[in-house]
Amino acid sequence: MKSVHPYDELLRTDRIPHIWCPGCGIGTAFSSMLAAIKESALPLEDFAVVSGIGCTGRVAGYLKLDSFHTTHGRALPFATGLKLGNPRLNVVTFSGDGDLFAIGGNHFIHAARRNIDLAVFCVNNFNYGMTGGQVAPTTPYGAKTATTPMGNDEWPFNLPLLAYAVGAVYVARWTTLHVRRLTDAIREVFDRRGFRFIEILAPCPTAYGRRNRMKAPLDVLKYFEARVRVRHDADPAEAQIDLESPIVVGKFVDRKRPTFLDLWSKRYAPDEDEEVHVA
Amino acid sequence: MEGVKFWRKPLDWEMIQVTRGRVHIFEDRCKGCGYCIAYCPRDVLSFTDRFNRKGYHVPSALKEEECVNCHFCEIICPDFAIYSEEIPQPKEIEL
Amino acid sequence: MNGDVACAEGAIAAGCRFFAGYPITPATEVAEHMAVRLPYLGGMHIQMEDEIASMAAILGASWAGQKAMTSTSGPGFSLMMENLGLGIVTETPCVVVNVQRAGPSTGLPTLVAQGDMMQARWGSHGHYEIIALVPSSPQEAFDYTIRAFNLSEKYRVPVLLMTDEVVGHMMEKVTIPPKSAIRLVSRRKPRGAKARHQPFSADASHIPPMATAGDGYFMHITGLTHDSRGYPGMDAPTQKEMVERLVAKIRTHAEEIMDVEEYLLEDARVVLVSYGVSVRSSLKAMFEARDRGMKVGLLKLNTVWPFPERRVRELATTMDALITVEINLGQIALEVERSAAGRAATDLVGHAGGTIIEPGAILEAIEARCLNV
Repeated sequence: MKSVHPYDELLRTDRIPHIWCPGCGIGTAFSSMLAAIKESALPLEDFAVVSGIGCTGRVAGYLKLDSFHTTHGRALPFATGLKLGNPRLNVVTFSGDGDLFAIGGNHFIHAARRNIDLAVFCVNNFNYGMTGGQVAPTTPYGAKTATTPMGNDEWPFNLPLLAYAVGAVYVARWTTLHVRRLTDAIREVFDRRGFRFIEILAPCPTAYGRRNRMKAPLDVLKYFEARVRVRHDADPAEAQIDLESPIVVGKFVDRKRPTFLDLWSKRYAPDEDEEVHVA
Repeated sequence: MEGVKFWRKPLDWEMIQVTRGRVHIFEDRCKGCGYCIAYCPRDVLSFTDRFNRKGYHVPSALKEEECVNCHFCEIICPDFAIYSEEIPQPKEIEL
Repeated sequence: MNGDVACAEGAIAAGCRFFAGYPITPATEVAEHMAVRLPYLGGMHIQMEDEIASMAAILGASWAGQKAMTSTSGPGFSLMMENLGLGIVTETPCVVVNVQRAGPSTGLPTLVAQGDMMQARWGSHGHYEIIALVPSSPQEAFDYTIRAFNLSEKYRVPVLLMTDEVVGHMMEKVTIPPKSAIRLVSRRKPRGAKARHQPFSADASHIPPMATAGDGYFMHITGLTHDSRGYPGMDAPTQKEMVERLVAKIRTHAEEIMDVEEYLLEDARVVLVSYGVSVRSSLKAMFEARDRGMKVGLLKLNTVWPFPERRVRELATTMDALITVEINLGQIALEVERSAAGRAATDLVGHAGGTIIEPGAILEAIEARCLNV
């Protein structure tokens, strides 16, 4: 009997192997999400996964759930329409750092500010992988990319701090080395409501690692192993990533705030039986 | 990841039945990153002289009897190319 | 009510219960009216952070099963082009209202133009077919918005309502028919086993049925070139099959989609071709010219895209001249010229925008043709 991978039931196996390079962390992050979806035992038909463009954006195409591969940067407003159009849906956005924070940065801050009920997973591989490794808003100062060949002269976003500041109710950061913690965090995110954000640090050996002395896939994981410090409830201001300091990971924020739909139904449909969460 | 390995044995070690696992590898999906080999807590996996059709160096479960079915390889594998499953064991140890 | 409000009421009558937009003159009244009305109809209005997001949100809502709309004007319309393309390639029903003002760029925010007609046709990249309706009065804004939803649901394509500042802000009586008199169309749902559902598999109509997110079809929808399963196919044959079907879907139904009205064409030698607010100036000029004994008629385009090429060609074979009247320096005039293909003279009465076309200018053009013939 042919053996079946436990995640195959959630995969479009006719499209596997996927396009990601050897050692690419997106596959691991994806795998963690699949593990969390399975563990959650939530109805599969209620999931809708929206991604933008880029390597991470391709996740939607491998997932055997309702999945939408939208335009560059626009996953969040599309997801907003999907969620508000059918509040029953468990809408997940799975996309990359360039997609969510460069071209889509404006949408991110507003979706978080509104506290739209979305689970947002951002794979941060420090560069634009799909186009060959250009500088991203998450590339550490000094790191080399195809468009910063002598080193990056910009400061990157501190994504947990940004997400916290604009109103996300759950903010965590893990790496693809911390697959168990990451899976648990995704599982936890599925139990929460509101705008929830997990940054997933992931290796891009082909485009980023190669230019920054981490050519082999394992080099990046070893780098994470050496540099990462797990600290829960840390101040997100300490989550800045540079090439020298330790990388802080853990759960930064876990708070309650009424969602857009909570407040909407409180105003326009207060008599309905729906439970209204107002802190 | 040295910390994951057992550095001390519990006192009731002899009485605890450790889960045993079996590793399944989909060689055609593997891209040879080596994550499963590097991070298996029981060093079950190794590279041998095996390559798949695309020329990737694939892992082999050389010490499968060491597998405790922790599923770590399964989740860290970026390519859905490996998983483990529990081997049911006869209950030999009666207390 | 004004044309903007009539448009919003038309959307509500058509069953639209999701509106996402961004404030912009002269389209803001559409959004404001939706914000007042929708929450009490079980619907939702949301003001997004920009027009890019507005367009993306209505596509999302459409996949959630809603009839969805956004409204904007030139600058916002430019921003919507990106996700309009996504709507076209993912065959997502929705309605986009462009209350046209004068451009380019910020242009004249409070003043009329019809300068976005070619952007409506080709504004998003790649080759596609689109449907665009043009109302010339608040009543038509109401009626055509309903029709826009019906066409959009039937053909699974974003439909553009290309109104303008004057129609948007003009107050006129609008008759809202009883609900029973309004014919509504809803997208065709897939039938058969869910596991076998292919989201882009179409029958001879070229229009695939559309499942809704959450119904258990586990579909993949992508802006990449895709096959009938919805899977990306990075090759020329898949591209050919997909784009040719998207084009055929509209072209083979063009006769059903197209809507023109003809005035006094029986004995005419010269025909005015116009749409939107310019129809009003054209009618005035036509009657004036008739009073002076000139044999002139009018072809009023209620749908501009797909363009009524065949009808214009027929007219060109019998008429001496076709005079296009529009508030730009020649957009639909180019289509008229192309369709006439030299069979009749073709003129343009237009200007760069900011005011309506004066009937006097049209009359002069009619005189120039009638007196020279």
